[in-house]
Amino acid sequence: MYPENYRYTREHEWLKVDGNKATVGITHYAQEQLGDVVFVELPQLGAHFGTMEAFGTVESVKAVSEIYCPVAGTVEEVNPALADNPALVNQDPHGAGWLIKLVLDDPAEVEKLLSAKDYEAFLRTSEEAGA
Amino acid sequence: MPEQIRKARPHVSQSEGLIFEKSSPGKHAYSLPPLDVPAVKPEDILGRARLRAEITDFPEVSEVEIVRHFTRLSTWNYGVDTGMYPLGSCTMKYNPRVNEVVTRLEGLANAHPYQPAAFSQGCLKILWQLERCLLEITGMDAITLQPAAGAHGELTGILLTRAYLTAQSNPRKKVLIPDSAHGTNPATGTMAGYQIENVKSNRQGQVDLDSLRAVMTEDVAALMITNPNTLGVFEENIAEIAEIVHARGGLLYMDGANMNALMGVTRPGDFGVDIVHLNLHKTFSTPHGGGGPGAGPIAVKKSLAPFLPVPVLEQQADGSLRFTYDRPQTIGRMRAFYGNFGVLVRALAYILANGAEGLLEAAQDAVLNSNYIRRQLEDVYELPYKSPTLHECVFSDKHQAKYGVRTMDIAKRLLDFGFYAYTVAFPLIVPGALMIEPTESESKEELDLFVDAMRAIAREAETNPELLKTAPHTTRVGRLDEVRAARNPILRWQPAD
Amino acid sequence: MRYLPTSAAERTEMLAALGCASIEDLFASIPAAIRLRHPLTLPPAMSEPEILDYFRARAQENAPDYLRFLGAGAYYHFQPVVIDALISRGEFFTAYTPYQAEISQGTLQSIFEFQTLICQLTAQEIANASLYDGSTGLAEGAIMAVRLTDRSRVLVARSIHPEYREVLATYARNQKFDIEELPYLPSGQLDPQALARRLNQQTAAVAIQSPNFFGCLEEVAALAAQVHQQGALLVSVINEPVALGLLRPPAEADIVVLEAQALGLPPSFGGPYVGVLATKEKYVRSMPGRLAGETTDAAGRRGFVLTLATREQHIRREKATSNICTNQALCALMASIFMCVYGKQGLRELAEQNLAKAHYAASALGKVPGTKRLFSAPFFNEFVLQVPGDTSLVLRRLAEQKILAGIELARFYPELKNTLLICVTETHTRADIDRLVAGYRAALGVGGA
Repeated sequence: MYPENYRYTREHEWLKVDGNKATVGITHYAQEQLGDVVFVELPQLGAHFGTMEAFGTVESVKAVSEIYCPVAGTVEEVNPALADNPALVNQDPHGAGWLIKLVLDDPAEVEKLLSAKDYEAFLRTSEEAGA
Repeated sequence: MPEQIRKARPHVSQSEGLIFEKSSPGKHAYSLPPLDVPAVKPEDILGRARLRAEITDFPEVSEVEIVRHFTRLSTWNYGVDTGMYPLGSCTMKYNPRVNEVVTRLEGLANAHPYQPAAFSQGCLKILWQLERCLLEITGMDAITLQPAAGAHGELTGILLTRAYLTAQSNPRKKVLIPDSAHGTNPATGTMAGYQIENVKSNRQGQVDLDSLRAVMTEDVAALMITNPNTLGVFEENIAEIAEIVHARGGLLYMDGANMNALMGVTRPGDFGVDIVHLNLHKTFSTPHGGGGPGAGPIAVKKSLAPFLPVPVLEQQADGSLRFTYDRPQTIGRMRAFYGNFGVLVRALAYILANGAEGLLEAAQDAVLNSNYIRRQLEDVYELPYKSPTLHECVFSDKHQAKYGVRTMDIAKRLLDFGFYAYTVAFPLIVPGALMIEPTESESKEELDLFVDAMRAIAREAETNPELLKTAPHTTRVGRLDEVRAARNPILRWQPAD
Repeated sequence: MRYLPTSAAERTEMLAALGCASIEDLFASIPAAIRLRHPLTLPPAMSEPEILDYFRARAQENAPDYLRFLGAGAYYHFQPVVIDALISRGEFFTAYTPYQAEISQGTLQSIFEFQTLICQLTAQEIANASLYDGSTGLAEGAIMAVRLTDRSRVLVARSIHPEYREVLATYARNQKFDIEELPYLPSGQLDPQALARRLNQQTAAVAIQSPNFFGCLEEVAALAAQVHQQGALLVSVINEPVALGLLRPPAEADIVVLEAQALGLPPSFGGPYVGVLATKEKYVRSMPGRLAGETTDAAGRRGFVLTLATREQHIRREKATSNICTNQALCALMASIFMCVYGKQGLRELAEQNLAKAHYAASALGKVPGTKRLFSAPFFNEFVLQVPGDTSLVLRRLAEQKILAGIELARFYPELKNTLLICVTETHTRADIDRLVAGYRAALGVGGA
């Protein structure tokens, strides 16, 4: 379910690294919790965000969720398909439903994020705790 | 198998398009007397550039079409006049008809807000009388009738808090709100420039005193509570809660949405509340109107009186009434003019019809009715908090969730049974909540029908969950696609090109 | 009590089902120390005839038979009788907020129609389902502009209704923006040079009103151009929307704040009224207030729902666009019915009658020696007179003749001494206006015309 080569946060974002750049999205679990996504608010190109700074929102009929930047960086691209088709976030959250692409301040920071296995374990303990 | 439904059955109702779809050039419904002064040419007086060509696509229909149109639309609605609304914290009680008649009396409906005070004594007396009554009911010292609704009153209350604390040289930074609170509370806090911090509820569903002590610092301006809370539970430690807040110099704000349980029984002013807002469209019977207008007066202890919004009603030496604007510490105006006067008239009529005895009886029957429902349903729906409840109670969908049925599904199926739904999925501290408040306006017959319906639906959840998940089935439209409405919002009619 | 349907026998039955000896048992959770020990001190309960008598007596104390020429944000217009007939249907006025869309289609469709009518009237792209009134609408509009532009100053025309400006100031003090006032010219309009001097890159919005508090028309398009050059938004307030039957709507404004009381609601001593916010589609997610949207059910039937609710308090909570919950739904319905009754042609004819009668009155009054119109800008149905004498005395004398002739502007604008704001609408007959003029002459101690 959760790609091995991605990293994850406890706020349910994923990060796919490519050198000093990375793609960011929300996880399958997050989109399931939200329900049908109706709108995605994305930042301006060139905007800079610190680690775990909110960079946008994902909105469903019943909730709005802030999305947090897993690792500090500058926005290079935002997913153009989401304006007309926010459902991509539900349909393919780890692929076509990506949100932004960043130029990372410090690629080494990525090591601090969860691996796929750690994230899956985190999800299991959260469920048991009735979160 | 679907259960048998006793309270309602399908009936032919008229279909009706949008008014724009009935429009045809030249049709009209208005009538004006002929112009009896010399006609003027707008282009000469105003200049052609200032004029509009016409109002594009504005409807042109006859009077009978308008009457049919809106009459048909009304038949698609449910109202308190139709049957019970079990909506928690909404207090959907009977809207007395005499209230409607008196509001429409010419001397009241046609009073202009700027006619001189000497010619407004009738209106001012109504406001004055209502103020005195509400102060007595709440046990407070001063009041403003200006706010247009509960949320507006809340904002006023928080601004009063800020002004009071600023006068003591520190407005402070935070407002505490229980995790069971109504959504307007945190939204209001933010609008007033405060950060919101949550206070946990304990296992009895009441404010957790330890949690409160931990977060109640000198950075906290106020604690906003609802009492009884959104679970229908009276905060039994209210005296201590007030003490904890006051000891640190903070104020205790009460959301008075649930006053219906307390009228004539106890008073916020007697249990440590500094500011309370009332919802006249809940407790005091003014009609909901499909979403308003309401009124949200704010009553305060005398230490907060200097900060009340202007203008303030005062009695002169000769007994006449006048608005005063000379209030140096006022927070300012919260709206133009004086308040939703037409709504205030209705609330006063309600209080005058009841007297002290009637209001107490109303509170008693409200509490009796809610407890009656609770007792009849607690074996089929999970009651997450076992504390005694007053005028409302909250169940969860835990038992039904086993079959894939959630609170929204039960609510939608309730529509087929001829009832409006209860409050769905609120308060947030109860996952899958069913929040039920019958009010005193419901007869035992209606309550029994409601209980029967809820029990039948619980059975259907086990035997026929699909029926619930696709409910309602007998309403004019089925469950509507809210995702589509939010993804591609269509917020107005446009002519087909 | 006649509003309670439960009989004594039924109470007994229900208490038995609960295993309670009396209703008192059900209040045991309330600490004894705070229980009331005696009944509330309220007037004794009244029967229906007594209630009617009480309010009739109050109604008589408001000079109901006096002739009034009052406007200033609360207007007298004929109220088509179908409005009351229709909104008195219990399914409209006793209905709850339409959260359960399937049995609230009547309310939801009527909101959708209201939103559409307002867009058509104001030449804007979207409108909400109502806010409390025009004054809080102005505050919400300013907050919205600040949010959209991320700037912190709002410039406000002094010619906007004074109480609206006070409300805006109250809201602004507690948010992250400040207000600066812009003066008016001898014409009665906003001074564009003063605007040019104050407008800069910190300006989130400029707020104007047209027709303004003096009844004068502002140059909305020209002001919009000026404002947009600095990347700011134009917020245009309208509190006499009958004017839009004739006048060019503020299409260039970014946010229109409308007070719709004039569209079929009685003045009712200041409320309830109905505010509306209308704007461009691109700003929809920043807009406060409820919105009804069109959609379908599983069978493909058209229906309406409250939508984009994630902006609102019950979901977004502390990040909501506003804290508004209850709005003015029934009042909006009244305005909708009014707009349908008048329709395209009727609203125009209504506006033309207002224009004609107000100008007839202004002209006749302007002929009284020493009296002239104070401002030179064109006006719709309200105008300001400079009075050659003590206005309070003149008004008092007119009141003795059972005429409430206007509002002393000095009350709101100390710089405008001895001036009167007078409003004339289609509800005034020629005889009424002639009586005003004669009364005014008499009050001044001037001979007949």
